[in-house]
Amino acid sequence: MSKLNSLAISDNGFIFKPSTGESFTTNDLGLVIINLLKEGKSNEEIISAITEEFEVDAITAERDLYDYLDFLRTEKMID
Amino acid sequence: MTQKKLTIAITGLNNIDSPGPGVPVIRGIKDSGMNVRIIGLAYENLEPGIYMPGLVDKTYLIPYPSVGSESFLDRLTYIHEQEKIDIIIPNFDSELYLFIKFSDTLLKMGIHTFLPTLKQFEERQKDNLPEFAKKYKITVPKSKAVLSSNELADLPNEISYPYFIKGKFYEAYKVDNYNQAVFYFNQLSSKWGLPVVVQQAIKGTEVNVIALGDGEGNTIAAVAMRKQYITDKGKAWGGITLNDERLLKITHNIINETKWRGAMELEMIKTDDGEYHLIEINPRIPAWVYLAVGAGQNIPEMICQLAMGKKVKPLKTYEYGKMFIRYSWDLIGDIKDFEKIIMLGEL
Repeated sequence: MSKLNSLAISDNGFIFKPSTGESFTTNDLGLVIINLLKEGKSNEEIISAITEEFEVDAITAERDLYDYLDFLRTEKMID
Repeated sequence: MTQKKLTIAITGLNNIDSPGPGVPVIRGIKDSGMNVRIIGLAYENLEPGIYMPGLVDKTYLIPYPSVGSESFLDRLTYIHEQEKIDIIIPNFDSELYLFIKFSDTLLKMGIHTFLPTLKQFEERQKDNLPEFAKKYKITVPKSKAVLSSNELADLPNEISYPYFIKGKFYEAYKVDNYNQAVFYFNQLSSKWGLPVVVQQAIKGTEVNVIALGDGEGNTIAAVAMRKQYITDKGKAWGGITLNDERLLKITHNIINETKWRGAMELEMIKTDDGEYHLIEINPRIPAWVYLAVGAGQNIPEMICQLAMGKKVKPLKTYEYGKMFIRYSWDLIGDIKDFEKIIMLGEL
């Protein structure tokens, strides 16, 4: 998670990547996922947290998580 | 103890859409709290820095380098007699040759500079970049110095469209076909002389570094930046400081290998694969220097100290995520000031 730790992430969902100067915005779901990833939580734990926080079923939470992980990989914010 | 007042002369007051570095250099020096008198050296009577309130204490017009070295030295001697200049910071590529060539003469007059050597200045010229890269083991895009537009029809196979066509000192245009290339060749060669350089375009993000070398291989300052807003002239109108360790390591290596003396700007392309290609080295302070000042490295102040023979402690850190955004601002001037600069050559 060292790549994620190098990001500057504000509470309102603004992400700054100091190594490239790029900035992104994310929604509440993205913020929750990033923060849990930084805490070292497993995918199962994150899916469980999403279902509780956003009142969605596990299938939806799993799809949302993997979509977001794809985005983070594409933008080289995780390996 | 009162610090001796230094008289510092600075060129590049053309704070226009293709801005010179003079105004931000002066801002950096003033921010440092040094006890200074600032002398502006201008080539044109409408350079905005001449008229900006509180910026320069006095301005003198100077002849273009193309007029010749005799006129250049005569005018500097006259200005020195009036002002007793301690330091000159030249800011244009096109004038650097003369300032470097006559730096010993200026020093005998009591005027200090802190510039690259003539060898350093020449070997990083755009048309010498392939040899420079080979010597110092740096990756550069394939390029060729072109002396005639006929050569554009017979470029090496490694150079294909789109490529950049670059003026000897300034300006670069991306071209997609032969007709465009000939058009810009004619434009650039008539404006900046020969050769014109053709350089393969590399896909990626442009990242730049402003750096200062002490002439002994040490990097005294270095700040990396990515342009966020680029004008149609390719100039940064907004930028942000980066934490790019690889880019800074390349910078330190270049300064260490070349024993670079003075300020420089490295222009590089970072590809999606994380490769860095050097596209240009500018042997001077870039116009975005005030971003480095804002991020914690006052390079203009350090140049003054180095020019005066003081030891300067290298700065290793700066603030990431600092931004600059340029703006235009209408100054209201008086015709009497304009009259003075035209009639007397000084204001």
